[in-house]
Amino acid sequence: MSCQEVQDLLHGYVDGELDLVRTLDIERHLRDCSACAPVHAQQQALRSALRDSALYFTPPEPLESRILVAVQRVSNANTWTWEWSWRWLSLGAAVACVAIVLWSVMPLSIEFSSPDHALQELVAGHVRSLMVDHLTDVTSSDSHTVKPWFEGKLDFSPPVPELTMQGFRLVGGRLEYFGKQPAAVLVYQRREHVINLFMWPAQPQAGGNATMVTRQGYHLAHWQVSGMSYWAVSNLNQAELQEFVRAVRQQTSALPS
Amino acid sequence: MMLPRCERPTVPDESTLRRFERAVLPHLPAAYNMARWLTRNDHDAEDVVQEAYVRAFRFFDGFHGGDGRAWLLTIVRHTCYTWLQHNRGHELMTEFDEEIHNLDGEAANPETILLHRTNQLLLRQALEELPVEYREVIILRELEGLSYKEIAAIADLPVGTVMSRLARARKRLQQTLAHRLHTEV
Repeated sequence: MSCQEVQDLLHGYVDGELDLVRTLDIERHLRDCSACAPVHAQQQALRSALRDSALYFTPPEPLESRILVAVQRVSNANTWTWEWSWRWLSLGAAVACVAIVLWSVMPLSIEFSSPDHALQELVAGHVRSLMVDHLTDVTSSDSHTVKPWFEGKLDFSPPVPELTMQGFRLVGGRLEYFGKQPAAVLVYQRREHVINLFMWPAQPQAGGNATMVTRQGYHLAHWQVSGMSYWAVSNLNQAELQEFVRAVRQQTSALPS
Repeated sequence: MMLPRCERPTVPDESTLRRFERAVLPHLPAAYNMARWLTRNDHDAEDVVQEAYVRAFRFFDGFHGGDGRAWLLTIVRHTCYTWLQHNRGHELMTEFDEEIHNLDGEAANPETILLHRTNQLLLRQALEELPVEYREVIILRELEGLSYKEIAAIADLPVGTVMSRLARARKRLQQTLAHRLHTEV
């Protein structure tokens, strides 16, 4: 091996990156060559000086916790992003469903006068409750569970009639808004038919007979009693819905106003 | 009628974070040392390392075990270069001037270097004055003790280039040291 070759490979040699044969060749050369040996010694001296730990910068103490906080934040943000994208997706789907329903209802609602607009809202509210799996905010067949749930959520206390004996099973309750009017909604069921009973405070007036209307295959019954306005909406047949109304009226009129 | 309920996409959970902490956090000294040498400033190094860790966490899915240090250093290096580009673009333009001291052939003799080993300041200055791409191979080789192959992977270079850069960087260091020691005496 010539001196030039050795010095070309010297860095590979001091770094232990050469194969065994060349390593041995260079070792032999360095033992005998007075020109190459000092060059090698210089490299070794420089390397040992560089390896002195004083050149190694150690991170300041708080950096690790700072990094952990930053990474944790990203980790949380990722989770939030996923959760929110999922929530927005489901919300978007719900809105789309309602839009489709409203769109199909729209041609009818044009021929309705203003009071009928309320009917549309009620029907939409009923349909919406069935569509987006949001039938109830509180799910219980026990009126003593459903009634307290409304406390603090409304500025009135809705009666929660117990109608199991009459064949109408209480499913639960939820809150709805009609315009700016908050409404309590009780959900009953007979067989597979869901009945939404909407109620909100009304001007006190004598409890007249219930009026029945039909919209898009849904029957709506309306009456007022004890300062409350009631609407029952269902696809139950008219006779059975009337039976439901009678049962509710019986119970609610028994209540002190 | 109910909406079809989709499976929720997988989220980075607690165990991902734990795995990340176990695999990558222990290499903080190496990450900081590298960032500190490349940015040459304490505060900038801290910011760059934090940024690098956040990036590393985002790309952690791409880490399939193996050498966490080399994987992290690759990201730290990349983050450093991005930072240098934005903040110190001129440093990346520095040409490697072979004849900087007009002392070609002169080198500090081993005894002189050894005698002055305690004088870390000179060596530190000499190292800081190296162009960044020469500085980094010295840091990775001498301070981290990485092989040519590992350095090649981190710095995205052919192995031959790693060796030639090391050779030039060392020669420069020798020259600078000899020059400084000579003028000091």
